[in-house]
Amino acid sequence: MDIVISNSSEKPIYEQITTQIKDAIIKGVLKEAEILPSIRSLAKELKISVITTKRAYDELEREGFITTVPGKGTFVAAQNKDLLRESRIRIVEEKLIEAVEAAKSIGLSLDELQEMLKLLYEEDD
Amino acid sequence: MEPILEIKNLRKEFKDFSLKDINLTLEKGFIMGFIGPNGAGKSTTIKLILNLMNKDGGEIKIFGKDNIVYEREVKNRIGFVLDESHYYEEITVQEMKSIIAPFYERWDEGAFKKYVKDFGLSMDKKIKELSKGMKMKFSLAIALSHNAELLIMDEPTSGLDPVVRSELLDILSDLMQDENKGVFFSTHITSDLDKIADYITFINNGEIILSTTKDDIMENFGLIKGPKELIRSNNSNGFIGIRENQYGFEALVQNKEEFRKLYGDKIVVEKPTLEDIMVYYTRRGINA
Repeated sequence: MDIVISNSSEKPIYEQITTQIKDAIIKGVLKEAEILPSIRSLAKELKISVITTKRAYDELEREGFITTVPGKGTFVAAQNKDLLRESRIRIVEEKLIEAVEAAKSIGLSLDELQEMLKLLYEEDD
Repeated sequence: MEPILEIKNLRKEFKDFSLKDINLTLEKGFIMGFIGPNGAGKSTTIKLILNLMNKDGGEIKIFGKDNIVYEREVKNRIGFVLDESHYYEEITVQEMKSIIAPFYERWDEGAFKKYVKDFGLSMDKKIKELSKGMKMKFSLAIALSHNAELLIMDEPTSGLDPVVRSELLDILSDLMQDENKGVFFSTHITSDLDKIADYITFINNGEIILSTTKDDIMENFGLIKGPKELIRSNNSNGFIGIRENQYGFEALVQNKEEFRKLYGDKIVVEKPTLEDIMVYYTRRGINA
């Protein structure tokens, strides 16, 4: 698994980590029951604060992507299909928000944007 | 859990400068960066922690123990790297080590040899022949070779080149694999070391301005830039130091999301560096 951190990005570092670990789980790079690095070793490798890696793991655990077994370590949780789909929908939503913002900034109307989306969607079929 | 370092209402008066009620807490397992401009009181605070100077009030506890009552025990369990070299200049590294080692109950010769090798220190060189980086590494080798649980460093990176600074970063992140250790270091240049700091305590003019997690600073503070009409209508509310130029203004704020909501596209919000935070807080009152 690769994790690439940008210090200049607006996105908080913990979020960069959660996004990349989630992607790795969704794409199957990280498999169910696979062990993850400890928060201290991840912090050391990425040269970031332990608080940041802990927060990323807490977040992933809360969303059900990973589980921590005290004294044993942190593992990729058994994945729920609905959960995966939901998180993928969230990614689509994020990208759409970006597109909407870009459209608004040049004064594109909703109709024009919808027309564009329709063309792009059908083009792929 | 007991803090590894706890300072309460620490005071020290000088003729022209005073430390005013310093409070800070560091839990074990974490690194705290102690930042502030020159003359802010960083070295004074560190000297008081190490009892190299008498305090005028307050309390300092290391491993939960008073730093003066339990000085011997406490000092056995801490390693320190000070800004000025406090070694005899005319003797060799080997001789200096032989003088220092017996003071520590838990001296680990094997660890020392390993650090000497890793750092590329030559044992038969005289202290005065060492470069600034090598002196720091020698101090660090000593500090890390007696099973210290708390590492205290005063300006460890000042005057060091980026390569040595990055080596120090590696050493510290290795050390922090042990969740029972702690590191407290001061700096006036925001350096690469800040990357791994868990907490940042900012001191200015003898007072603690803020002490919080670095993530809190990075996520909530913002450097906002916009047209000058905004500062006139806003009356500078919530701005920490403003810098005006002919075409607009720049200001540091503690709650960037509120400003983003308020002004939207009219302003640009950037992630501040610790250096920005230091500069804007120090300017407060001058321009604000």
